[in-house]
Formats: sequence, structure tokens, C-alpha cells
Amino acid sequence: MKEGKPKIAFYWCSSCGGCEESVLDMGARLLDVAEMAEIVFWPAAMDTKYAEVRSFQDRSITACFINGSIRLDEHVEMVKLLRKKARLIVAYGACAHLGGVYGLGNFFSPEQLIKTSYELVPSMGSLRKSASETLKLPELLPRVKSLNQVVPVDYFIPGCPPVPESIFDAVSAIISGAPLPKAYIFADHKALCDSCPRNKTRPDHLKLDSFKRLYEVELDPETCFLAQGVICLGPATRGGCNSRCINANMPCRGCFGPPGAVKDQGAKSISFIASLLEASKIAGDDRPLASLPDLGGLIYRYSLPSSILQGSLGETQG
Amino acid sequence: MEYPGPEIIVFLCNWCSYECADGAGRAGLTHFHGTRVIRVMCTGRIDPQFVLHAFKQGADGVLILGCRLGECHYREGNFQALKRFALLKKLLPQLGINSKRLEYHWISASDYREFVEVVRQMHEVVSHLGPLYPSNPRSAS
Repeated sequence: MKEGKPKIAFYWCSSCGGCEESVLDMGARLLDVAEMAEIVFWPAAMDTKYAEVRSFQDRSITACFINGSIRLDEHVEMVKLLRKKARLIVAYGACAHLGGVYGLGNFFSPEQLIKTSYELVPSMGSLRKSASETLKLPELLPRVKSLNQVVPVDYFIPGCPPVPESIFDAVSAIISGAPLPKAYIFADHKALCDSCPRNKTRPDHLKLDSFKRLYEVELDPETCFLAQGVICLGPATRGGCNSRCINANMPCRGCFGPPGAVKDQGAKSISFIASLLEASKIAGDDRPLASLPDLGGLIYRYSLPSSILQGSLGETQG
Repeated sequence: MEYPGPEIIVFLCNWCSYECADGAGRAGLTHFHGTRVIRVMCTGRIDPQFVLHAFKQGADGVLILGCRLGECHYREGNFQALKRFALLKKLLPQLGINSKRLEYHWISASDYREFVEVVRQMHEVVSHLGPLYPSNPRSAS
């Protein structure tokens, strides 16, 4: 029997398409990947049908790179199918790794989301409710999930999107069968501050009475953002991204998820954000807390589905 | 099985609040069923992840008691806890948890009656709110 090239596949769940584009960010090295492996399924780029995938032999795909959050029943069906058909499943990008930005939907129920987007939004007008009466669409799961909450995942390539420099290294190591530890994450173990180019200006002590929004400060390109009174999630975020946002003079938003020893990125963000505040201001003054209008969105932007509570428990404040 | 009443996790610091709880016990003052005490060296040690875990495991309330501000055995630990749990309390509504289910209070070792009153108040508030998971009172969905 002819020994063919290893087969690989790419699949997307609830995805903005940025991860698919990041594969193209490999540039000319994408051609090297095409030399090394045969791409058998890639909905964003090729026309392979689900029926063909079902006909593949089990474990005939060497590695399948799945990006996007698990939001629909169709995603569950497809990732379980691909888990059977592939030897390695790689969670590609923040959505597959952590639940991603779509995970913020877990602050609401599917009914609330659909009602807001398809009924309450003023721009819907006469289109209200008509689509759902004529089309059969996949169902929203009660909650968004990360990939490893649905199928066992072999490796993780974090980032929103993953870092171009690392993508080729990760993809080629995986395809060529490099011996990696189980559940290996292609990133640092420590927080971003450890490798940040600005960490020499990281303050030892801060006593802020409030935080500034990005538009309120002319950002100095060399000083730690926290020292400038602006929130950077570096202390609660895994490093390994080459500090690309920092180098673009933007604070970290946490897309690599929590560092190795942390389960809940939001909880740890609360810890370090609190440590920067002046204690006496908290008791008497609304400003410190008022300067963080959407705390949940800020600290769980990418990681809500993989946090401890995974989303809202649905109780009201009344 | 009948709902046995709220389960409240009570974090007590080794120095003031744990001693206060012991003192209330020695004085024979009424305590409530449904509190589970976790002793930490200082409230500043309490990771917000512990509180979220407690809610995940089915706690109906979390009460944190530390030394009075300015009297922390480690000088500043309770200030860090104050800031941290003020922030966590602000987050709870977005997580669909009534913010009255998390309380923090500062107490000294001799304030037995205040301790009992704080616990009684918490118990009353949480009972009124009902179980955190109404369809499954002692575990997460």
C-alpha cells in the first residue's frame, strides 16, 4: 500500500474567520505545509462535504485543527465526528481553547440572545421572526463551550488569533509527529508580564483611585500600562504571544487565557486589579468601581466558558 | 428530600475572627446549622477562585470575616481582601448571583455577640433569597 502524506483538516465552529486567515499568515510557508501534508477537509477553503468526511476511515486524519466556539448542536456533531476520524485534535485559537468572545453569550440565555438580535433590535423592522418560520436552523446549545468540554483535545494553540510566527512551528511539529506532552499548550506557563518588553517600568506599588479608559490617556509607548492608570490584563494572562499588542501600544486583553497555575482568569484579574487600588477609596467612593463599567466583559472577554462558573447562573438582583 | 436550609461557607482568619467564633462557642451563644467554617491565616489569602468554587459546589452564601481594618495580624491583608471582595461583589450580578450572597465583615476577637448577629443576619438574608440552584439545591447545574 502506498505510504501517503499525512492527512490534515481544518474546521470552524462559531468563528469570526480570523483563525482561518491566520493560517494564511504563514505566507509562503503554507506551501511547505501543503508539501508536508494533504489537506482533506477545510470548509473555509475547500468544498469537501460532510458526507465525505463521514466516509473517511477512523483515525485516518493525522491532525485536525478546530477553531471557533461550540455554540450550535451542529458543532457538537461535527467535532465528535472529527474526533473519530482524526488521531490528533488541536484546539486552534482562543475560541476553541477557552470558549472565546462568543462565550460572553453565557451571560445570557439563548432565548434572550435570539430575542434581542432578531426581535428587539430596532433595525429588524418587518423581518421580525419571519426567518425562523421558514428555515430549519441548527439549535443554540444552552451555553457556549470550549472544544475540550465536548471532546478530548490533544494540543492547544492559543491566541486571538494565534501568533503567525508560532503557527508554522506548531503545525509542522504536530504534523511530523513530534513527541509532545498530553494537552500541550503552545505558549508560556507564566504570565505575560514575565516576557513583556515594558516590565522594567512595572510599578512595585500603585494606589489608584480609578482606572482610565484608553481614549482618556495619551499612551506612552515605553511605560507599563498599569503605571499609566490603564488596565492591562498581562498579569492574569499566559505569555507566549510575543507581546504583539503591547508592541502596538495597546494593553493586553487576555486572549491567551489564564497562566498555567490558574483556572479562572476573571477571578485572578479581580485579584490583581484590586491590589492596584487605594483601599480607603473603596469604602467611601463610587469612583474606583464606577471606572470599570463592564467588569465581566473586561475580565472574561475570551475565557467565560472555561471559567469556574462558565457563565450566568440566572438569578436576578431583586 | 426536604430542603435542609441554606449552606453558608464562612471564611475565618486565624487571628481575630476564628478566635471570636471560638469565644462565641465557649460562651454558649446560639450558632446556626448550615454554616461551614474554613480557617485561613488571613482574609488576604482568600483567592476569589475559592468563592466562585464555593458557589459552583452549591453554597448558598459566602461570608468572610477578618480582623478590623487597621488591626490585621499581617498589617494589610484585610485591606487587600476588602478591595478584592468589593470588586467580586460587583461582578456577581453579571454572573447571575445575587450580590447579597457574598458578604465580608471585620470583627475583633472579643466581639462574640456581633459575630453571632452577623451570622444570623447572613442566614436570614440567604434563606430569604432561597437556594442558589433552586432545581437542585445542593449542586451545580
